[in-house]
Amino acid sequence: MTLTPKLSSKPKVAVYKFSSCDGCQLALLNLEDELLDLAKAADIAYFLEATRTVKSGPYDLGLVEGSVTTPHEAERIKQVRAECKFLIALGTCATAGGIQALRNFTNADEYAKTVYPHPEYLEYLDKATPISEHVEVDLSIWGCPVNKYTVVEVIAALLQNRRPNFPPSPVCLECKRNGTICVLVAQGIPCLGPVVHGGCGALCPANGRGCYGCFGPSSAGNFNSIVSVLQPLERFPGEAALLLRNFSGYAPAFRKAADDSLKASARKEPK
Amino acid sequence: MKTIEVPALARVEGEGGLYIGLKDGQAVEIRLDIYEPPRFFEGFLVNRFLQEVPDITARICGICPVAYQMSSVYALESALGVKVSPQVRALRRLMYCGEYIESHALHIYLLQAPDLLGQPSALDLAAIAPQVVKDALRLKKIGNEILKSIGGRSVHPVNACVGGWYRWPDIAPLKALLPDLEWGLEAAIDCVKWAVTLPFPDLKIDYEFVALHHPEEYGILEGEVWSSKGRKLSVADFEKGYLEEHVRHSNALHGHTMDGGNYLVGPLARLNLNHAQLLPLAQKALKDNKIKLPLTNPYKSLIARAVELVQAYEEAIMLVKTYQPDGPAHIELKLKAGEGAGATEAPRGLLYHRYQIDAQGRVQFARIVPPTAQNLPRIEEDLLALVPKIIAMPQEEATLTAEHLVRSYDPCISCATHFLKLRVEETGE
Repeated sequence: MTLTPKLSSKPKVAVYKFSSCDGCQLALLNLEDELLDLAKAADIAYFLEATRTVKSGPYDLGLVEGSVTTPHEAERIKQVRAECKFLIALGTCATAGGIQALRNFTNADEYAKTVYPHPEYLEYLDKATPISEHVEVDLSIWGCPVNKYTVVEVIAALLQNRRPNFPPSPVCLECKRNGTICVLVAQGIPCLGPVVHGGCGALCPANGRGCYGCFGPSSAGNFNSIVSVLQPLERFPGEAALLLRNFSGYAPAFRKAADDSLKASARKEPK
Repeated sequence: MKTIEVPALARVEGEGGLYIGLKDGQAVEIRLDIYEPPRFFEGFLVNRFLQEVPDITARICGICPVAYQMSSVYALESALGVKVSPQVRALRRLMYCGEYIESHALHIYLLQAPDLLGQPSALDLAAIAPQVVKDALRLKKIGNEILKSIGGRSVHPVNACVGGWYRWPDIAPLKALLPDLEWGLEAAIDCVKWAVTLPFPDLKIDYEFVALHHPEEYGILEGEVWSSKGRKLSVADFEKGYLEEHVRHSNALHGHTMDGGNYLVGPLARLNLNHAQLLPLAQKALKDNKIKLPLTNPYKSLIARAVELVQAYEEAIMLVKTYQPDGPAHIELKLKAGEGAGATEAPRGLLYHRYQIDAQGRVQFARIVPPTAQNLPRIEEDLLALVPKIIAMPQEEATLTAEHLVRSYDPCISCATHFLKLRVEETGE
């Protein structure tokens, strides 16, 4: 994370959508108690989901939702970078490729044939990639979807010219704070909590299920260890890899862990 | 009018473009270009374990994730031949009420109303009518609070599973919402009163309405697929009546009936087909405001949404008051190979899923028919009907009226897959 630049007193903000579900932009519109204040503190200059008004750039702050999946998007992200002083990857798709990056583990043409009767009508890239593979990103906010209060904290910090309070600690720590009994240790439910970036509030364990990793890898995570813990819990070979290769599956730490897990599963299979 | 070009259609979910080709003052071609990137979800689902399906399909849409979760779980439960308990089902209805509230309040006030009140956005609207926008945000927030209380968060909630819920939500946070829900019910009733006074553009379309119908309740979760032309099909037979085709200008498939006609799904279809099943206060709102059914003006789907907002608040209050977790939160599933279909009513309309699973519970085949894909050909037809009315208008007004029509559908272009760009130009000599 770079230190934040000083933004103008009422920064011009742009919100962009790439390949995505709109859920992270919605985090902004779901700031029901803060939205009107936010609109006073910042000049919402480009945000198509919210307004027809488009003010031209350059912008002080750009928030990008979604991953890059088409030739058009690969060009457009460069233009976005050029017109934004400070660029934020908003959510797991923008940060790691997200759910769309599942195509990266197979042949996208196969998917196109599965879903569309005329795949020749489509334009898409073989790989869905995070925006950081195309341009320099100043800050990444993980989450599928992002936690809206994290977005407020980041924007507030930028306005106040300070570092956002945005700890990299894993979901595990949030369970401890919540007083949630460990689902992995106590119930043997496969859970990625030890290696996943916190920020959601450890929702899944609080609901009696394992973390499925939508907030991406924690820099504090021990991935070798999680693979060895998950392996014995598999109900069918490859189950742990499925868990690792999901919403954040294209993040390098998850990619490697899923590969390691698949190898371990293969070793277990009867010869 | 020669050429009107707007970079992208605003205040819709996803990205798309509109092309209207004119010759001698007549529309010769109308196309809703969907250039939201193709998203391959049905492909991603293959080989996934069935319990992953509701979490993955939720990611099709950030505004209506509950709809995707619910159609998934009903389809997969049908494949396994299991039926959830009445308590589990009641909580599913409540969760769906939360989604209707947040999605409809968002659409009525933040996405469509600015068109009717001559503002570019709700934020601009807030400058001239702050109380309307504050109330709108509160109305919407309460829906999100229901979702949060049941599913942990409002976008991509985490509690729904095949067979029921991972755990029963705590009673206290839900009951604590009652004062807000009571306020919301009154505000929703006022919303209907306000909605009927709005200056809707004039347009009358002879639609074939299609929606789920349930004899005992306003159809959302289960029922038969009814059409205003008299066709009645079980959900399992949906594909015998309706199909999708792939057209060149769209990354979304287009829906048609078997006899080649267009049809409409969504709030107008539901209200027109199922108004007899509305709860008393929603019925009263129809009557008090002299709303004559069927509503056949697509712009007036805002009124249908407002009535459904009353319905959703009214039902949510009932369900919160009677919420009493009893028995297991979910069925212990016995895995077996099978096939099953499920349909529920997303805020934007009927959402159909079908899956084949193997003996280990892994998906072998998935088919998803989102509401916006079904409505796309209908939107194009509506635009064709609109052209004579807007052709004499100044460019900006014509553009806005056409954009407004598309927006009134509440299209979920990401769902249907996505960039809306409006371009009206003369073709030929």
